[in-house]
Amino acid sequence: MFNEIQVSGGYDKDGNSEKISYISFERGNVYSIVGKTGSGKTQLIEDIESLNNGEGLTKRIILIDGKLPDEKLRNEYRSGFIAHLSQNMNYILDMPVIEFLKMRQKLKTSKNKNTSPEEILDTANELAGEKIKPHEVLTRLSGGQGRSLMISDVALNNEAPVILIDEIENAGIDKVKALSLLTKKEKITLIITHDPLIALHGNKRIVMQNGGIYSVIDRSEHEKKLAEFLAAFNKKIDITRELIRTGKTLKGVDEFVLHSVLE
Amino acid sequence: MNTIIIGGGPSSGKTSMLLHIISYMTHCGLKPSVCKIDCIKSNDDLIYKSMNIPVIQGLSDSICPDHFLATNLPDIFMWSTKNSCTHLFIETAGLCNRCAPFTDKTLNICVIDSMSSIKSPEKLGPLVTTADIISMTKTDVISQAEREVLSYHLSKLNPTAEIICINGLSGFGSQTLANLIINKSNSIEDLEGSKLKYPMPSANCAYCVGEIRIGKDYQQGMINKMSF
Ligand SMILES: Nc1nc2c(ncn2[C@@H]2O[C@H](COP(=O)(O)OP(=O)(O)O)[C@@H](O)[C@H]2O)c(=O)[nH]1
Ligand SMILES: [Mg+2]
Ligand SMILES: [Zn+2]
Repeated sequence: MFNEIQVSGGYDKDGNSEKISYISFERGNVYSIVGKTGSGKTQLIEDIESLNNGEGLTKRIILIDGKLPDEKLRNEYRSGFIAHLSQNMNYILDMPVIEFLKMRQKLKTSKNKNTSPEEILDTANELAGEKIKPHEVLTRLSGGQGRSLMISDVALNNEAPVILIDEIENAGIDKVKALSLLTKKEKITLIITHDPLIALHGNKRIVMQNGGIYSVIDRSEHEKKLAEFLAAFNKKIDITRELIRTGKTLKGVDEFVLHSVLE
Repeated sequence: MNTIIIGGGPSSGKTSMLLHIISYMTHCGLKPSVCKIDCIKSNDDLIYKSMNIPVIQGLSDSICPDHFLATNLPDIFMWSTKNSCTHLFIETAGLCNRCAPFTDKTLNICVIDSMSSIKSPEKLGPLVTTADIISMTKTDVISQAEREVLSYHLSKLNPTAEIICINGLSGFGSQTLANLIINKSNSIEDLEGSKLKYPMPSANCAYCVGEIRIGKDYQQGMINKMSF
C-alpha cells in the first residue's frame, strides 16, 4: 500500500512546461478534473494508469511515494491501477444479479474477500430509486439500478487504488450519496465532470488547459457551503420529480413544504 | 525490424486501436508501417495513409485471408524493411475463429471486442490461446465488474498473455499497449523460417478450389461429414 502518487515534469500541446509542474495525489482526497473537451483530461488519467515514466506524449513522470514504480508494483495491480465508472449504465451479461455477484466473489484472487454479495446489493439499494431484487436479470435493470450496482460494486469490491468517475451526471440516482460512498474509502478519487454539484464534491480541482495542468484550486469554505446549498436545492428538484412521477399534483407544495421534507 | 500481427474479428476495434498506437509511436520517433489484409477491396488503407506512413493492402480474394497472409509474410516483411521502418503492423481480416496467423517470431496481439465476447469467451479459439498480448476493446461499454470477469476468463484461456483494456475512441490504454509493444517485440532480420504457432485448417476439398454444386457427386478431397 502506498500513500501518494506524484505527477511531474509534463509538457502541454505546444511543448511548453505545464504551469503546474508538480502535483501529489493523496489517498482519501477527491480530485475533480475540469476543462474543455480536448484540454487533456483523459491524457492525464492515461498517464497515471500507464504509470508513465517520462516517455509519453506529455513526458510526465509518475512516482509512487516518491519512487519510480518497479515491476513488483506493476504486477500487484495487473488488473488495473484505476477502476472506472464510466457513462455506461447497462450490463451486457444476462444472468441474475445475485449469481453475478457470487461469481465475481469467486473470481477474486486476493485478500479482500470480506464483502458479501448481499452487502453489495444492500448498498446498491440505498442508492437506487427502485429496489433491485436478487434474482432479477442484470440486463433488465433500469439505468439507475444498473448504475447503483456498479457504484456499490466498485466502492466495496475493488482493489484498484484509484477510482475514476467519468461523467456520472445523468445517472438517475442519489449522486451525492453515491459520491460519499465512493470516497469514504481510503482511495484516491478522480472525477471528470461538468456538473457543478459533483465537481464541488472534490476537495481539490485540477484545471486542464491545452494539454497541460493549468492550476490546482483548493475548495474554499465558501465553495463548500455553496455546494451544500446546491445539494439541498437539487434534493428539492428530486422530491418534486418523484411527486410528479408517482402521479401526485403539486397542490400546496411550496418552498417551505419542500424544505420541511428535507429536515 | 519488429513485426506485430493484429488479429481479431471484424469490427472488433483493430484499426481504431492501431491508429492511436501509430500516432504515439511516430511521436516517439519510431517508424511504423502498416499492412492491411482483406478479402475484398476496402478503403481501410486510406485511413492509415492519412497518418503519413508506408501502407500496403493485400487482397486475398477467394483464398482464406489467414492462409494468404502466411504465404505473403516474408515479402511483406521485405517491403517494410525497404521502407526502412522500425515496426511492421499487420492488421488481419479476422474472419474465422479457427485460424490464427500468429508466428513464433512476431509479436501477436489478439483484439477482443468486450461487448460481444463477455457472454462466451470459451468460443474464442487459437487467436486467444496463442496470443502474446490480448487487448480488450470497447471496455467503455461494459462495467468495471464485467471487465474484471472477462479479463479473468481470458487469463484462464491464455495464462501467459498480457491483458490490456483499450478504449478505441478516446485512446485510453493505447499508450500502455504501445509501450508494451516497444518493449516486448524483437527485432529480426527476416521472417524466412519462422513457424506458425497453430496449424491452419487444411483447405483442399473441391469447394476450396471453386466447386459450387451441392451433392454427393461433387464432394471430393478431404471432407469431414457430420454423423447423425
Ligand atoms: N464504444 C467504442 N467503440 C469502439 C471502440 N473501438 C472501436 N469502436 C468502434 O467500433 C467500430 C469498428 O472499429 P474498427 O477499429 O474499424 O474495427 P476493425 O474492423 O477491427 O478494424 C467503429 O465504429 C469504431 O468507432 C471502443 O473502444 N469503444
Ligand atoms: Mg480495420
Ligand atoms: Zn481460415
